[in-house]
Amino acid sequence: MSEQERKFDPAKATSFFTGRGHSGWLGLKYSDHGDDWVELELPWREDLLGEEGQRVLASGPILSLMDMASGMAIWRAMDEFTAIATLDLRVDYVRPAREGASVFGRSQCYRVTRSAAFVRGLAHDGDADDPVAHIQAVFMKIAPTARL
Amino acid sequence: MADHPEIDALTPYARSLGITLDRWEDGTPTLSVPFDETVEGRPDHYHGGATGGLLETAGYAALRAELARQDRAAMLKPINITVQYLAAGKSRTSYAQGRITKLGRRSANITVEAWQDDRSRPIATAVMNVFMAEPEG
Repeated sequence: MSEQERKFDPAKATSFFTGRGHSGWLGLKYSDHGDDWVELELPWREDLLGEEGQRVLASGPILSLMDMASGMAIWRAMDEFTAIATLDLRVDYVRPAREGASVFGRSQCYRVTRSAAFVRGLAHDGDADDPVAHIQAVFMKIAPTARL
Repeated sequence: MADHPEIDALTPYARSLGITLDRWEDGTPTLSVPFDETVEGRPDHYHGGATGGLLETAGYAALRAELARQDRAAMLKPINITVQYLAAGKSRTSYAQGRITKLGRRSANITVEAWQDDRSRPIATAVMNVFMAEPEG
C-alpha cells in the first residue's frame, strides 16, 4: 500500500495523542514509522527519575512510552483507528538509560486477528542495536457496540 | 520498632505522576493516585502506562518497606515487569499494593494489584522481578 492510500498517519496522529492526558504529560513526540511499526521519543526530564540518588530514568515512563508506541503500531498495521485496550504488557529492562538522553520506543505489530493485536518492540537511547528494554504485548480490540 | 518503617516510597517520577502513600496495612504500604490529566488515556479512562506506573511504584514501595524492616540497604534495579490489564480504569482514584512473593539475597519477586472502588475486583495486576545491588561507597 502506498503512503497516499494509507489512512492512519503516525506522524500526524502523534500530535493528537500527545496534546493532552498522560502522553502529553510525558511529552512524547513522533520519531519514525514503517508499515507496521511506530517509534516515539520520550525526551529527558529531571522529574521522571527513579531511585533517589541515581540519575536514572524511572522504569514507569518507559512502560508508558512502549504502551503508546504499541497502540500506534497497531493502528498503523490495521490502518484504522479503532478502540483498543492493553491486555498484557511485559517489559524486560536490560540496562539503564543514559543520563540526559531521550529514550525512543519502537514497537512493531506483527499479527492482528479479529479480536486481538500482538506487538513486540524495544526502547533505546540513540542506538537501536543497544536497547535499554524489550517488550512484548497483546491488545484487545474493543467492539464498537461494547459498552465502555 | 515503629509500626511501619520510614521509607522513601515515592520516586521523583511517582511524585510527579501524583502518586501518594495512602495508608499502611499490616506493614505494607498502599499507594493511590487521583484521576487527573496526568494519568488519562482515552477520555475519562486511565492510560495503561499510568496504571503500570502505579503498580510498579507500589511494588517497589512494598520491597523497600520489607528491606527497611530487615535493616537491609540495597539499590533497586528493575529486571522486568508483566502487567495484566483486567478492567478499564475509570475516572476516579486508583489504589495499589504489592506483596513480596520471594525475597532473596540478590533478587525479589513481587506481585502487585491495583483496584478502584472494590478491592476484590482488581483493574490490573503485575508480577515484577527486582535486582538488589550492594549500595555504592
